[in-house]
Amino acid sequence: MSLTLQDIERIAWLARIEIDAREAADVHAKLTSIFTMIDALDAIDTSGIEPMSHAQDMTTPLRDDRVTESDRRADFQRVAPATEDGLYLVPRVIE
Amino acid sequence: MAVRGRSPRFEGIMTAKWEVVIGLETHAQLSTASKIFSGASTAFGAPPNAHASAVDIALPGVLPVLNRGAVERAIRFGLAVGGHVQPRSVFARKNYFYPDLPKGYQISQYEIPVVQGGRVEFVVGDAQKSVRLTRAHLEEDAGKSLHEDFSGMTGVDLNRAGTPLLEIVSEPDMRSAEEAVAYAKALHALVRWIDICDGNMQEGSFRCDANVSVRRAGDEALGTRCEIKNLNSFRFIEKAIQFEVRRQVELIDDGGTVVQETRLYDPDRDETRSMRSKEDAQDYRYFPDPDLPPLAIDSAWVARVQAWLPELPQAMRARMVERHGLLPHEAAILTAERDVATYYERTVAALGGSARLAAHWVIGELSAALNRSGVPVASAKVGPEALAGLLKRVEDKTLSGKLASTVFDAMWNGEGDADTIIAARGLKQISDTGALEKIVDDVLAAHPAIVAEVKAGKEKAFNALVGKAMAATKGKANPGEVNAILKRRLGG
Repeated sequence: MSLTLQDIERIAWLARIEIDAREAADVHAKLTSIFTMIDALDAIDTSGIEPMSHAQDMTTPLRDDRVTESDRRADFQRVAPATEDGLYLVPRVIE
Repeated sequence: MAVRGRSPRFEGIMTAKWEVVIGLETHAQLSTASKIFSGASTAFGAPPNAHASAVDIALPGVLPVLNRGAVERAIRFGLAVGGHVQPRSVFARKNYFYPDLPKGYQISQYEIPVVQGGRVEFVVGDAQKSVRLTRAHLEEDAGKSLHEDFSGMTGVDLNRAGTPLLEIVSEPDMRSAEEAVAYAKALHALVRWIDICDGNMQEGSFRCDANVSVRRAGDEALGTRCEIKNLNSFRFIEKAIQFEVRRQVELIDDGGTVVQETRLYDPDRDETRSMRSKEDAQDYRYFPDPDLPPLAIDSAWVARVQAWLPELPQAMRARMVERHGLLPHEAAILTAERDVATYYERTVAALGGSARLAAHWVIGELSAALNRSGVPVASAKVGPEALAGLLKRVEDKTLSGKLASTVFDAMWNGEGDADTIIAARGLKQISDTGALEKIVDDVLAAHPAIVAEVKAGKEKAFNALVGKAMAATKGKANPGEVNAILKRRLGG
């Protein structure tokens, strides 16, 4: 699979990363080499092998349904850039 | 183009010309005490961010740990709809940017959800309907953005972030707004029945997205669908779908084409509006969450949940129809809520007799009294055993239906049990044939004109005589007995 410069721009936009044309070309070259490696992996016959969803061979631990956290809002909001009436403030979002 | 009101053309839609195709995606908030991946409380109405832990606000270095209670509820649902509970399911990251989603992704399930397949059975009118489910998956809710003016900024409350949700996706099996509402109501009843969701729609505990498309009758291929987001009442589900169907049909009739898009329903204007089209649809870039290894559910756990599961509404409905002789719509009303079903079953058990009589009273007098006083059935002022006590007096003909209503009202007002009230008020029905014959004879003697009318063939006049006899006994006469005596006397 080959990537176009438009793909690079779209990926950057999806990740909300601002890149200029020079950086885009650089990233394009690097990502292309990564995809070349993936293409090599793709050549291996994996039919009959169950896809892996996690690097470790374990299942997720479960916790009992109990409330164990107390209100630490004051601590957390001490490091927030802006708060009001207990709310975190962010640049205005309009949808 | 917004079209409001009922256009003449709409009247033809539900005829043979068009077929409506609807699928619903429902978010049911699971009734756990703590969040799906953290130990913060899920209680509604706390001060902003008081229930937002380090995991919920996505501080660096935190890790999610899955709540067993949320998984347990998903298993209950899977079994209740006859779906397949996956022994191994996978959590995935759904990536998008919004301030009320602090991690920049929502933890959800994508390729392998916890429940696959299943169906929801319900009654529309008197007909049985079955809707297939595609899947049900576990995920976390996002926080809330408040767009009122905070010095030109948006306020974010993350109390809801991390609240456990079960997203239930149906196949496009519904063919009208009425069916979609009936499905939503049945699903709503079911999640409360198996105690996995409180069903509070005002607080957003149960909300639906509707996928709606239309096609010409006989077409195989589905039309292009639009998704209507965030419908949080049954009325809005119905209104939004009706509007959307009308919009799509008129668009196609006018030579246009439906564009796949997400739309919002505006209840104030009763219309749907475009929110975003397919072109700028989100690319969520799902991938398995490396923070969460696969969820394993062994067969022993499934068996324990199966053993816990109460008799389900559809099974109970079938039993009521087959063994109690109820009509399907009566059984549907009685199984709309588990508390109502329990009340009815206890009444039948205590009465030891006519289930139909019990059903009529629970659906009629009891429901009316509950509506009037605004109390839930569990705190009804006349309990099932007390109601059975009253119905015994209806069965043995001590009370007529009308007198029984009077006694019921007195019971509701706390005047005691049925027998106490009957004795205190002298309400015992007069069924003694000798006494009634005397009363009927008096009535006949007093109203020769009416008797003449009856003999001339006027049916209304006969009823007038029954009324006179009932009045003469202050309503205590057994009406069936009075009828029979009158017929004998008048040679009818």
